[in-house]
Amino acid sequence: MSRAVKPLLVNGALMAGASLALFPLFWMLAVSFMQPGEANSLPPPMLPLHPTLDNYRELFAHAGMGRYFANSLLISTAITLLSLVCNTLAGYAFAKLPFAGRERWFGVLVGALVIPAQVAMLPLFLLLKYVGLVNTYWAVILPAMASVFGIFLVRQYARGIPGELLEAARVDGAGELRIFVQVVLPLLKPILATLAVFTFLTAWNDFMWPLIALTGQQHYTLPVGLASLSREHVQDSGLMMAGAVVTVVPVLLLFLALQRYYLRGLLLGSVKG
Amino acid sequence: MNRAGPAWLFLAPALLVLGVFFLLPVLAGLALSLTDYDLYALADLHNLRFIGLANYWALLHRPLFWAALGHTLYFVVVGVPLSLLVSLGTALLLNSSAARMKPLFRTILFAPVVTTVVAVAVIWRYLFNTQYGVVDFVLVHMGLPPIDWLGDPHWSMPMIILFAVWKNFGYNMIILLAGLQAIPAELYEAARIDGASTWRQFRHITLPALSPILVMVGILTVSGYFQLFAEPYVITQGGPLQSTVSVLYLMYEDGFRWWNMGTASAVAFLLFLVMFAATAVIWRFGETRGHAA
Repeated sequence: MSRAVKPLLVNGALMAGASLALFPLFWMLAVSFMQPGEANSLPPPMLPLHPTLDNYRELFAHAGMGRYFANSLLISTAITLLSLVCNTLAGYAFAKLPFAGRERWFGVLVGALVIPAQVAMLPLFLLLKYVGLVNTYWAVILPAMASVFGIFLVRQYARGIPGELLEAARVDGAGELRIFVQVVLPLLKPILATLAVFTFLTAWNDFMWPLIALTGQQHYTLPVGLASLSREHVQDSGLMMAGAVVTVVPVLLLFLALQRYYLRGLLLGSVKG
Repeated sequence: MNRAGPAWLFLAPALLVLGVFFLLPVLAGLALSLTDYDLYALADLHNLRFIGLANYWALLHRPLFWAALGHTLYFVVVGVPLSLLVSLGTALLLNSSAARMKPLFRTILFAPVVTTVVAVAVIWRYLFNTQYGVVDFVLVHMGLPPIDWLGDPHWSMPMIILFAVWKNFGYNMIILLAGLQAIPAELYEAARIDGASTWRQFRHITLPALSPILVMVGILTVSGYFQLFAEPYVITQGGPLQSTVSVLYLMYEDGFRWWNMGTASAVAFLLFLVMFAATAVIWRFGETRGHAA
């Protein structure tokens, strides 16, 4: 390959790939501002002729989108905060606190990753039904309050904390909880940011379990609400695209803002160590 | 000094959550799959009977189960290699010394990964609409016949595979890119001095160096793709002619639409078995290749 052609080919291919990756999202945005019926015409219009916010108004005024948005925000935030506490405590213990059978226990946890979550869904539904939690926010929050991935991530990072630092604090007479709060937590800040972004995005995008556990519209999250709307309004492209925008744009913005943390989690989580 | 006490206190919240909301349900699921738990049992537990392996036996004689397994395998066998190829291709492009604006391209190519499956599946349904969808419009413009993606059972699964590739390739792209960047540049320089072509460098330096990562990424992608659910639920609702009913879609319909929870649990465990077998095969393949190299 000649020296002049290679940059052209490589950058051309990247350009084409990027266009294909972005096109559906671009089209979603464009159609969401179109008048009713405008998107269902040929040739497919690329830009709205007379941009309008009608679809968004309709979504929030009549389709309950505001409620779904608030539900998603509440559930994802609760899951993020609660699981951060559980996973950090456990990940730190697996990394730095000696106890009998530590490695074996950790092995069991990681081994459990081969079991797909769906295997637990039917009995979990019955369990929550018998204690009266089906169709409450807790039905979605409780099972997500700890995750093997989160524990794994914190453990990997916490192993890098020098043992002497902890020993010194112990010699000074600090209790384990105080050491955790005052010495360990500040050191774990970067990985906590990573875990928080990861957890929030996962919770926001989650579909199957919320679909099962949230049976009433008043508790629907955005994906569940959108899926239900899309079955009713099959032909209304503008309305559905506006719904997709409301669902996708928050996570896209969050990702753009905190990309560095997110990608680190992805790489740490995938490298066994 | 006794530190085992605090250790267990630190572990308690997470282990309690995982035990009550995961381990316990998994074990209960195994038990559930051996019963005839249905709508009557849901109303009154006295109607529950232990029926041994009858659910599994019935499933093995049910055409729809085999169809669902077949559709899922189709999705995995075609979708995973295609996804990995696109991931590897884009990672190689991003790693190329000729590439400009790498961070920008990386972000754009990764963007579909963070989007919500349900929302982009809704977009997909319009892009592939036969009457006014952009995809068929482009096909017709190129002189090709339009394809009834949503109505023709031969094309529904390919459409869902295209969706999955678009949505997921960025994830493995990032992991493979990190793997590519970890390969020492001296290896390539030495090969160039020896006059090795680009293809030979790829074949004898890049691929062997990446192979452990490829195996790992392959296992993760295979187990992810076996869990196909939201895409057919939103885009095709299992149709047309049940051509996109996946194993999990079947589990969902059996369990939460018809309340045959015994049967649905058996479906879930059979899926688990198939996934376990498939990942074990890839693992072994990776091991033997690793020793041979």
